[in-house]
Amino acid sequence: MYDGWKVILGIIIFLGIATFPILYDIGKASVPPPEPKIDTPEIQKMAEKKCIESKSFMKTEHMVMLDNWRDSVVREGNRIYISTEGKEYDMSLQNTCMKCHSNKKKFCDECHNYVAVKPYCWDCHIEPKEEG
Amino acid sequence: MSIDRREFLKIAGASVIAGLGCLSAFEILLPGQFEASQVLRNPKALVGKRWGMVIDMKKLNEETMKKCVDICHRIHNVPDIKNLKEEIKWIWTETFEHAFPGQESEYMSEEIKEMPFLVLCNQCDNPPCVRVCPTKATFKREDGIVMMDMHRCIGCRFCMAACPFGARSFNWRDPRPFIKEENMEYPTRMKGVVEKCTFCYERLAVGLKPACVEVSNGALIFGDLADPESEIRRVLREHYTIRRKSELGTNPSLYYII
Repeated sequence: MYDGWKVILGIIIFLGIATFPILYDIGKASVPPPEPKIDTPEIQKMAEKKCIESKSFMKTEHMVMLDNWRDSVVREGNRIYISTEGKEYDMSLQNTCMKCHSNKKKFCDECHNYVAVKPYCWDCHIEPKEEG
Repeated sequence: MSIDRREFLKIAGASVIAGLGCLSAFEILLPGQFEASQVLRNPKALVGKRWGMVIDMKKLNEETMKKCVDICHRIHNVPDIKNLKEEIKWIWTETFEHAFPGQESEYMSEEIKEMPFLVLCNQCDNPPCVRVCPTKATFKREDGIVMMDMHRCIGCRFCMAACPFGARSFNWRDPRPFIKEENMEYPTRMKGVVEKCTFCYERLAVGLKPACVEVSNGALIFGDLADPESEIRRVLREHYTIRRKSELGTNPSLYYII
C-alpha cells in the first residue's frame, strides 16, 4: 500500500469525528423522559378521568385529530365531534381541550420540548393563564 | 419454465386488479378511526343560503355605531393599534364620499356629507378576494359568508389588493400586546396574516346573530337574502337601499338605507 500511514491516519481521524457525538455522551446523565401531568383541578373533579378518546389514541393521534378538527370547524362549519363512545364534544382547542388540560406547560410543552417539536398553535390560540 | 409475452401480460393484469380490489375492500371493511369518526353541525346553528345585512342609517347614531365597533373588536380580539398604517379593523366608520365614491355631489345635504357610515366586509356574492387567494385561505361558505382560514393564510396580501372596500387588514406585527382584554373563547391572530369581519360565523354556529346586530337597537337587520319570507327581504322591499360600489360587480350583501 502506497502512503499507508496517511490512509490509516485518515481513517482514524474520520472514525474519531464520526463517533464523537456518541463518545461525548457516554457516562453523562441522559435527558429525563417527559412526564406530562394531568392533575388539573378540572380533571380532579371528574368521576371517571377520561379524555374524549382512549389514552393511547390521544397520545399518538392528537395532532391528526386537531388537524381534522380545524378543517371541519373552519371550512365545513361542523363543530360537534362524536367520540367512539357516542358522546358529543365541541371541537375547540381553546374551549374544549384546554378547559380540562389547563396546565399547558406540564401537559403540552413537556413532551413537545422533549421531542423538539414546535407546534404553532399558540401563536393565535390563547393558552390558559397559569401561575409561575 | 418459459413464459410468452401474452401469458405474462395476463398474469400482470390479473394481479393488478386483484391487488387494487383487496386494497379497497380493506379500506371499506376496516376504516381507520378518523374515517369512521362522526362530526355534526350544532342543531341550534342559524342556517341560511346567503346571509346579508341592511344598515338603516336613519336609526343609527354615533353612539350606537361606537357600540357596534367596540363589541366586535372586543369579542374578536382585534388589536387597537393607533398607527394608521398598521391599524386593524373589522368594522369602522367612514364618510359618505369614501363609502360611496361617485355618488356624492356638490349640493348634497350637509348632514349626509358629514355623517359617519358604518362599514364592514360586504360579504360579496362574487368576492374578488376569494378569486385571488393562492391558498384558498379565504373562501366562500355555502351560506354566503366570505370566510378566513387563518391556518392557511400566508400573508401575500393579494386579497387586500383585490378588495375594493378596504375591508381587510394585515398584521404587520404581533397583535397580542395591543389587545387590552383578551376574549379567552376566541383566538387572536399572529404576525403576517390578513384578517377581516367574518359575519360572526362562530356566533351563527351556536344560534346567535352577529354581535353588532345585537347591540344596534334594530338599526342593523341581519337575515337570509335568499329567503323571500325573511325580515331582511321585507325591509328591502319596503325601502330604497344603496350598496357600496355595486358597479364593480362584486354583488355586496350589505344594503344601506340612507
